[in-house]
Amino acid sequence: MGRQLLLEHINKPGIRGLEGYRANGGYRSVEKALKTMAPEAVLEEVKKSGLRGRGGAGFPTGMKWSFLAKPEGVPRYLVVNADESEPGTFKDRYLMQRIPHLLIEGMIPSSFAMGVNTAYIYIRGEYFYIARILEQAIAEARAAGWLGKNILGTGYDLEIYVHVGAGAYICGEETALLESLEGKRGNPRIKPPFPAVKGLWQRPTVVNNVETICAVVPIINDGGEEYAKIGIGRSTGTKLISAAGHINKPGVYEIELGVSVEEFVNSDQYCGGVSGGRPLKACIPGGSSVPILPAELLFRTAKFETRLMTYESLSDGGFETGSMLGSGGFYVFNDSACIVRATWNHSRFYHHESCGQCSPCREGTGWMEKVLYRLEHGTARTDDIDLLWDIQRRIEGNTICPFGDAASWPVAASIRHFRHEFEYHATHPTKVKDPKHCEKDPIPYPEKSYAN
Amino acid sequence: MDRHDATPDNSNGGITPFTFSGPALAECRELMTHYPGEFSKSALIPILHIAQADNDGWLSVPAMDAVANLLGIQYIEVYEVATFYSMFHLEPVGKHVLDVCETAPCMLRGSDDLIEHIEKRLGIKAGQTTPDGMFTLRAVQCLGSCGGAPMLQCGAKYHEHLTIEKVDQLIEQLRGKETRTNYTDHIDTPAENGTTASA
Repeated sequence: MGRQLLLEHINKPGIRGLEGYRANGGYRSVEKALKTMAPEAVLEEVKKSGLRGRGGAGFPTGMKWSFLAKPEGVPRYLVVNADESEPGTFKDRYLMQRIPHLLIEGMIPSSFAMGVNTAYIYIRGEYFYIARILEQAIAEARAAGWLGKNILGTGYDLEIYVHVGAGAYICGEETALLESLEGKRGNPRIKPPFPAVKGLWQRPTVVNNVETICAVVPIINDGGEEYAKIGIGRSTGTKLISAAGHINKPGVYEIELGVSVEEFVNSDQYCGGVSGGRPLKACIPGGSSVPILPAELLFRTAKFETRLMTYESLSDGGFETGSMLGSGGFYVFNDSACIVRATWNHSRFYHHESCGQCSPCREGTGWMEKVLYRLEHGTARTDDIDLLWDIQRRIEGNTICPFGDAASWPVAASIRHFRHEFEYHATHPTKVKDPKHCEKDPIPYPEKSYAN
Repeated sequence: MDRHDATPDNSNGGITPFTFSGPALAECRELMTHYPGEFSKSALIPILHIAQADNDGWLSVPAMDAVANLLGIQYIEVYEVATFYSMFHLEPVGKHVLDVCETAPCMLRGSDDLIEHIEKRLGIKAGQTTPDGMFTLRAVQCLGSCGGAPMLQCGAKYHEHLTIEKVDQLIEQLRGKETRTNYTDHIDTPAENGTTASA
């Protein structure tokens, strides 16, 4: 197992409370940043670390912070995105439940670097019990002088509030999140202006994922350069991967970026291999929105290079033969899984979660779900596959926010790689009426050549 | 459940009026201090959770109107938000709402069978409430517990790594529980519990 920057102490007794957290070196980064560093120096360390947003988009964090507008006399905000809703992703919940002070600690130097005096944690409503854990941690930190007025006598003030949502995937999109935080429907805003200029209440705001903010702690403690030594190329540091589906050991794992996908799936340190004693069929490596990869393209790229757990390697080959690291929501399919059923399931999710603002997404996601329902239940024709392709193509890129893309990509990738299964569904209506047909009678993957 | 029906009990001046209980109102007022004064509308969603728990688990029109009056905003500003979010119930629900995750990672680990089993066991379909008013069953989208799949949420609590036996036990246990479970319940979560631990 590689270095554990976030999870090192996660199993220590009492780590959820302030005392246990402090006993394991907690809040050192706050002392260091507030007492010995200028805000610009904190930002510089984050830039040097190469840290990229851990919520899914992978945008360089230091650069995002540097875009924050600083008009005189206007408050600015840090909002932590704890709306974790991307299917396959459950890493932030793990962090917040087990080691809540890590997030609170990370927020302090981050806010300090940006000149923020009020920060919010927007947490999805279903995580109500975790909101309570965070509130408890904030109260402890505040009582001990890590939050509030004049922290450590440095003159710096910071208040943190937890804000609970109420069940809407779209609120993970940063502008929808801000709308929701303002007490409105979660309808994404048109960008620009970006939140860094006009965010919460039209004031400059940075929205960062939970894991991103937690990573600021080791970056401040050990320095950005030290952090950047881990990983490969522009994929620096460690990443939490939440592994689920047909594997022997579902759970949250911290990897050094650059470990091979094969090792991650098969090693007992991580997923512990494919479960059910059945062969690997496919994998969605970065949350439901990213393209599915067939087994043939998971461990090796189309160029026969070893596929690594990095932003670059997972997307090698573009959408034709690659995918994305995304949020780290990694779920595995063995050959008992039916790709058509999974695709229908994903489409149902996106249809349910579309905010309804843009017609291509509002109408298109429902249409895709209907066509996929027909395919899954054996009442479709072969040309429905082309219809489906056509619909997804008309959603992608034609919506205010990336939700439209996120709804299209899984459909496109499933057809691209598993067209034979869709055809099978169209031509074997009786057989596919049994949702477990793949478990009883797996559909073989055809011989394909990916070489250009 | 995601739309509002103008039944006699659920309209302006409905036969069941709503006023916040003392502790709930105090909690709402405290929440409003988290935001700059002119933006206290920001407290709307957290306050709706409190109102729902305070109104037998659902948001009637009188309850939503009370929230609007508390925040000094238009009624429509509350209705449009309440209808957007899946955790707000716009009609009466059972004492115990079982939110079973049906999204792909849970599906891979048997959520379809689990939902079918609960449907048979309770004699209702997903989206319905048992005639005795004890249970509402909902098939919901990803709850962020894919490592604990299959799973369901009841009130504030996540029940993970479910089997038919475990879910039967849970239903029996809830059947004997007269007090309503709410999302806002304060529950004890053992520190080591929850998401499957990594190695």
